[in-house]
Amino acid sequence: MGNNEYVIEAENLVKKFGSFVANDNLTFKVEKGEIFGFLGANGAGKTTAIRILCGLLLPTSGKITVAGQNVYTQTEAIKKQIGYMSQRFSLYEDLTINENFRFYGGIYGMSRIKIKEKTAEMLDRLGIESLKNSIVASLPLGIRQKLSFSVAIMHSPQIVFLDEPTGGVDPITRRQFWELIYEAAAKGITVFVTTHYMDEAEYCNRVSIMVDGRIEALDTPRNLKDKFQAKNMDEVFLKLARKAG
Amino acid sequence: MKQFVIKEFLHIFRDVRSMVILFGMPLVQVLLFGYAITNEVKDVKVSVIDQSYDYASQAVVNKLFASGYFLKGEHISSTSEIEESFRKGENKMVVVIGPDFAGKLETGQQPSIQLIADASDPNTANLLVSYASGIINAYSRELIPAANIPVIVPESRMLYNPSLRSVYMFVPGIITILLMLVSAMMTSISIAREKELGTMEVLLVSPLKPFQIVAGKVMPYVLLSFINAGSILILSYYIFNVPINGSLLLLLGETILFILLALSLGIFISTISNNQQTAMMLSMFALMLPTILLSGFIFPIENMPAVLQWFSLIMPPRWFITIIKSIMLKGSGIEYFWKETLILAGMTLVFILASIKKFKIRLA
Repeated sequence: MGNNEYVIEAENLVKKFGSFVANDNLTFKVEKGEIFGFLGANGAGKTTAIRILCGLLLPTSGKITVAGQNVYTQTEAIKKQIGYMSQRFSLYEDLTINENFRFYGGIYGMSRIKIKEKTAEMLDRLGIESLKNSIVASLPLGIRQKLSFSVAIMHSPQIVFLDEPTGGVDPITRRQFWELIYEAAAKGITVFVTTHYMDEAEYCNRVSIMVDGRIEALDTPRNLKDKFQAKNMDEVFLKLARKAG
Repeated sequence: MKQFVIKEFLHIFRDVRSMVILFGMPLVQVLLFGYAITNEVKDVKVSVIDQSYDYASQAVVNKLFASGYFLKGEHISSTSEIEESFRKGENKMVVVIGPDFAGKLETGQQPSIQLIADASDPNTANLLVSYASGIINAYSRELIPAANIPVIVPESRMLYNPSLRSVYMFVPGIITILLMLVSAMMTSISIAREKELGTMEVLLVSPLKPFQIVAGKVMPYVLLSFINAGSILILSYYIFNVPINGSLLLLLGETILFILLALSLGIFISTISNNQQTAMMLSMFALMLPTILLSGFIFPIENMPAVLQWFSLIMPPRWFITIIKSIMLKGSGIEYFWKETLILAGMTLVFILASIKKFKIRLA
């Protein structure tokens, strides 16, 4: 880090829905290989921002580039460079693990051999080789979540967007999930993650905290804690939210 | 794209409900409509109260039961028992022959004969009465030589379906209903399912273009609908001898056009509904009921109130049924229904454009 190679740059990003301002002048940069936490309460505008960065929504105004491409005009190019794991579960429950990998690999234009290799590698990493022909619906939530993540990075994207990836899983699985995130980041994949678990914020390289559509703070967890004289990120967040309220 | 279609087939084949709709329905519907649901009268229970009991009245009764339409119902001795027997539900009609039937005939008076039918089912009642009257009239003409009284007897011929078999009418209807069901309802539900489960978002983030997503979802259903239509035609041809008098190629071509129309409708429905439940309800009420009720499949359009007649103009199945009826039964060529074909093509275009527009708005 610190080589100042930015994979996401947003300058004065604004998104309005009618008169409602969901994203109010967001400005931030994300470095290559960084784990960037995007925090905020429900309804603070996190999902809107992530959808804009993924090319699912057009911004109202602002200068935004993702993987060096303009989000207004080059969404097709952006889509090839990113992976996405949504809040809701993104695997097909009536298909087997193998079939899910084959499908997602296929839509990213990967070759059969490459898909096979990647599938084997990912399943080996999760230690669930033996389950490859099981229907996804029969697997425990924790495994499914880790699989969703594996599928999102199987085409080796530059950036992976995770929208509340650990909702509803137990703390141990969350720990294991974050280990996967670290491994991905170590391979140079930039991780852009939204969450409302403040303990997870501690795992990020840098976090931005959104309140009512605006970024109220953006720094490393350590600096934020120092600045707000807080013991942990939870306190930082509460202090910020109270100030805004 | 290839992976997409494979995935879609896997979804269909793993879902028992889809499989039943896709492969069970056509068979069951054809057999049901072919065998069970008919408008024809056969072996209906009829009772006779014969107050004369002479040679002439017995001759009439014998004629009735020899026709094959009627079976002897329970014995009734007086008119006061008629209602009771209708209530029991067995008897559908009672024939009352007045006293001194033969005597009146011989002296040239009007003998009286009364037909009382259970009109809680008006269609059947109508048919029964007209069949019975026909038989009685024929008998009276036998007795009185035609030269005495000039009677006008129209001679009727039923073209295209000489034996008035209801299967002829139902087959085009069933094909239409099933194509609607499979193409429109199943596609709209399967697209809505992706939206409901959140996988649609993942697809939209992928490099696939919206067009590819929709095409991938729709392709398996085109194929399956086509197979369905084909199997109904084969079934009805071999089991019920429904003819295909016109060009088979033309019939299949028009079928493909209608499948495309139904699919574009299905896609349109899925763009306006966010979950499977809504898609299902919309397809049910916006597609299935009008298809069955307003297309002229069961109820003749000419008998509908004017408002409903106008409404039936915008029902795609109405035009399609007209087309396949003329190909299959009349054997006519495209020159007789190019207008209907154009209407279907126009509707397809409208729905596709509307869906594209809806799809874009959702993304912006």
